[in-house]
Amino acid sequence: MEGREILSENLERVTPGTVLMRGLGRSYGDSSLPAHPEDKVVATRLANRIIAFDPSTGVLRGEAGVSLVELNRSFLPRGWFTPVTPGTKYVTLGGMVASDVHGKNHHVAGCFGAHVRALKMRLADDSIVECGPDAEPELFWATVGGMGLTGHVLEVEFKMDKVTSPWIWRESTRVRDLGEYLDALNAAAPRWPMTVGWIDCVCKGSGMGRGILDAGRWATREEAGDALPKGGLSIKFPVDLPGWAVNDFTVGLFNTAYYWKQFESRITGLATSNQFFYPLDGILEWNRGYGKRGFTQYQCVIPRRAGVHAVTEFMQLLTKLGGASPLSVIKDCGPEGKGLLSFPLEGTSVAVDMVVTPELQKIVDRLNEFVIEVGGRIYLTKDRFTRPEHFRAMEPRLPAFLAAREKYDPERKLRSAQSVRLFGDKA
Amino acid sequence: MKAVVLGGTSGMGRAIAQKLVERGDSVFLLGFPEADLEKSAADLKARHAKGETAKYAVLDLEKPEGFAAALDAADKALDDFDTMIVTAAMFATPEQMEDNIELLRRLVTVNYANTVVFCEHVKKRLLARGGGKLTVFSSVAGERGRKPVGVYGSSKAGLSIYLEALDHKHNAQGLDVLCVKPGFVKTGMTAGLKPPPFAGEPDQVARDVLAAMDAKKPVLYTPFMWALVMFIIRLLPRFVMRKINF
Repeated sequence: MEGREILSENLERVTPGTVLMRGLGRSYGDSSLPAHPEDKVVATRLANRIIAFDPSTGVLRGEAGVSLVELNRSFLPRGWFTPVTPGTKYVTLGGMVASDVHGKNHHVAGCFGAHVRALKMRLADDSIVECGPDAEPELFWATVGGMGLTGHVLEVEFKMDKVTSPWIWRESTRVRDLGEYLDALNAAAPRWPMTVGWIDCVCKGSGMGRGILDAGRWATREEAGDALPKGGLSIKFPVDLPGWAVNDFTVGLFNTAYYWKQFESRITGLATSNQFFYPLDGILEWNRGYGKRGFTQYQCVIPRRAGVHAVTEFMQLLTKLGGASPLSVIKDCGPEGKGLLSFPLEGTSVAVDMVVTPELQKIVDRLNEFVIEVGGRIYLTKDRFTRPEHFRAMEPRLPAFLAAREKYDPERKLRSAQSVRLFGDKA
Repeated sequence: MKAVVLGGTSGMGRAIAQKLVERGDSVFLLGFPEADLEKSAADLKARHAKGETAKYAVLDLEKPEGFAAALDAADKALDDFDTMIVTAAMFATPEQMEDNIELLRRLVTVNYANTVVFCEHVKKRLLARGGGKLTVFSSVAGERGRKPVGVYGSSKAGLSIYLEALDHKHNAQGLDVLCVKPGFVKTGMTAGLKPPPFAGEPDQVARDVLAAMDAKKPVLYTPFMWALVMFIIRLLPRFVMRKINF
């Protein structure tokens, strides 16, 4: 998509009359892209000032462009961490609200929105308002997970967590198949505040779902000692690989190597927050491995009430359709949050990378039909291919969200490539 | 380090000030308007490894009569600063200056004459206390007379030569002068211009600048690719420079 960002340190000055705001532009889908090349889109990343931080309560107020990279760098050594982090630190506060991000601790902490106390917003009529769970709650909960379509988030106020050390105490368990994996995930949930895992969905037959389950908690002072974690090395992916480089054979090799990197069936020990939360951030521009075709992600949640067999069936379907993804990330989600379009619901979330090919639309359609059948839903932040009728069918909360949009942006001034595709906004 | 940052409220100056406080250095801000200084000071306090408050004073490079008083304030707050970082400057496109010769005069005055005057004030203070660091942002635009940055580039060319001479003259007395030559960096200054290949981000530039200051380098091209780009540009013959629009 062509288009030019409006880049400024002063969001209040540049937001009037603009149709969309974006942070670092890392969403896998089209939610941060303009619907039309002429659309005015504001990029927030230069607006990165922390307005206030109260060390006695942990309450932090920051401009929308403050990124998790900065927050972690500055606050983790002093014993503070965001209550929720997604699987990348290249994300801004504004983006964390718009996507209502979830993390490895969703089963205990919920989404980021549950920890937000206030938002300062520029609305479609160019007025500026302050909202929160108690002030203008309809606007607030439509904005949390609302993909930037209810107004521009200028400032975010939330409460940081006090952590016992800057290190994670991690337990990695190698599991042989999907059934064992799901059992282990269930068993870990009450014992560990953070869980996530990677499984191989290319390997067919009895090895389907072989993988590694990571569980963790903040290490105690005694376990961690006094050393601060080093920044660690970031390697830049040097070139765009040719399009054929990612195929069933290379993916199979990668997965076998990934599976056997851990020879023991269980490892415990200290890990840095970067190693534990952001394994992929260690390789900058890793997306180039997928070549010029690019790639996207598919993420859905299968509700618990559909039963464990629904997850197995979904994985079998995924393997059969052949999305050729190195790894799938599987994670259990806690109860649904209050954000009107917030993604997680009680059940199992599955995320897979997908190379963009001519067949991809068909694959996504088929997966979505399954998700609708079992009462699940997809994650808008990752989505570029879902059809509007499929989205409507999986989203009973949509009328409430559309009512909020009608109230705060009756002319549908705010729009993105995604809102044109899914909600039929005018391009 | 007891550092003063002129221009520390925005862009690359902001990124440098943030990195300094994150590693525990003391920072004093110079710039304008005051409301902006106040917001940046709050940001630096929240980020400071030891929770130190950052103080500030108003300084406008168009008003040299205010330089001494602002530097006095910095000296008072930091108990004599040992490091000065200047990122502030003016920018305008040739089209903007074509119709507005007054804007051209202001830009050349701020970027060259007044910046040099400011550096002279700083130099005297640092030499009197046995040396220190003076880091000033010039530009790769000062390397060759190029169509899109002719006037701006000439102001930066003068500044680069001044800084080079300053280094030659006072290095032995403990004054570490660093002339930073950023390539295209995506900041508020370049907003609206089409980013060329190898465009950098303020955070990356800040990291490079602090490393170069710590290593006492006299000149820094950042992002590094611009050293190669400018090497080639300097070699291009005149008939090519007349043809291209780079």
